[in-house]
Amino acid sequence: MHLGFLVDVWHWLTSPDQWHGGDGIPHLLANHVRVSLASLLVATLISVPLGAWLGHRRVGGVVAINIANIGRAIPIYAMLVLAVQIFGISNPPGFGWTGSFVAFVPLVLLGIPPMLTNSYIGVVEVGDELVDAARGMGLSEREILLRVEVPVALPLIMAGIRTAMVGIVATATLASFTGVDTLATPIFIGLRTDDNIAVFGGAVLVGLLAITADLALAGLQRSIVSPGLRARSGRRKRVAAYVPPA
Amino acid sequence: MLAHIALGNNTVLGNDANSWIWWAWIPRHQHEIYAYLREHMLLTAVSVVLGFVIALPLAVFAARRRAVAAVIVPTVNVIYTIPSVALLALLLPTTGPGRDPAVIALTAYSLAILVRNILEGLRGVPADVLDAADGMGYTRRRRLLRVELPMALPAIVAGIRLATVSTIGLVTVTFIVDQGGLGRFIQDGYQRDFHTPLVVGIVLSVALAVLADLLLVRLERVVSPWRATTRRATARSAATRRKR
Repeated sequence: MHLGFLVDVWHWLTSPDQWHGGDGIPHLLANHVRVSLASLLVATLISVPLGAWLGHRRVGGVVAINIANIGRAIPIYAMLVLAVQIFGISNPPGFGWTGSFVAFVPLVLLGIPPMLTNSYIGVVEVGDELVDAARGMGLSEREILLRVEVPVALPLIMAGIRTAMVGIVATATLASFTGVDTLATPIFIGLRTDDNIAVFGGAVLVGLLAITADLALAGLQRSIVSPGLRARSGRRKRVAAYVPPA
Repeated sequence: MLAHIALGNNTVLGNDANSWIWWAWIPRHQHEIYAYLREHMLLTAVSVVLGFVIALPLAVFAARRRAVAAVIVPTVNVIYTIPSVALLALLLPTTGPGRDPAVIALTAYSLAILVRNILEGLRGVPADVLDAADGMGYTRRRRLLRVELPMALPAIVAGIRLATVSTIGLVTVTFIVDQGGLGRFIQDGYQRDFHTPLVVGIVLSVALAVLADLLLVRLERVVSPWRATTRRATARSAATRRKR
């Protein structure tokens, strides 16, 4: 690769054509973000309350801990292709907000395991003495879960959300190969037309988006985790379940 | 009459795109199945081994010096964050399509997973154990080989398992650089709207991941026989805790 190529990529990235219209970068970015956020949100709403509640009741541990391992073995590109075969490309009525239903379903399934596992382990690891103290103060089980266990488990829960986010943003990238508009669409088109400049430019955009998304959640984590827990979280045993890079 | 039966048979066999599997397809394509399976295993093995060879010294250096860890850990996290499609696409203009970009990208990811896990394992060795080794007059090298690495072995093997299973899944994506192993079947099934290769690709890829994982669990028992008793004790304590 020589400098001329990078200059071409720079021209590609900054050319006005890329920034307008139905296949411009703003549209692709917006759709990528929309698909990712919609599926992250739904996956979070399913898995964090469920994992925290299972952890509070100390039930379903085997499933909650192993689900992340099971999910890892399934090739994610295959899930996307399967979804296209099952649902077709168009959105079913009422699911326009997902951006793309065929990407939404596999992305939700992908996001659930790391968050479920981490929420469960996070709540289970909250010290018994804390829970006993809360009970002694007359808190109801609901209050114990919401006001003691979840806040204390928050570093691990957030680690799970970040892992899910990284996986979802990366996999949404792959969804462009099944016809969904994402920032990786230029890569897909470039591969077909032997246009290395579009391939490289698209890759730069996708990489920037993934890193920005992770940094944004890291910032969110810093702002919502109690400062009292921050010092501890560094020394804590990390049990966070990783999903594979996608 | 004969023609009628033949026609009827054809639909029974499910030679239409709506049936999930057409069994007759499998024996007819066994050469492809073997070739793609071999490519899949080869890409996985080469990338995990290369990743391990690079990750081990990096993790050992990072465990020794905070300054080294401060550079390596964020770098590894960034690699882990970059989607595989993007990494492959970034390599493509330099390497061209083929085995090179696939191996480089897959090695980078297994390296990222392995550095994290090995470092975690090394940091988890209790300080009093290290003090005891120092007190017994171990040199740093001997302490590393005889105490730290054996104690970190469970975390290291966990990392190798994670890297292997993840890589098996990721190989399917390398179809974009004209590789892909079993991912070639998935891509073929998608492009032709034909379910059988798709299902064959998924089933074999999941089976490969599960088998590799079981094999590595076995390997862990072989390389750390002294852990057998500890494992039993851990299992017992977990069980008691559950009863209470």
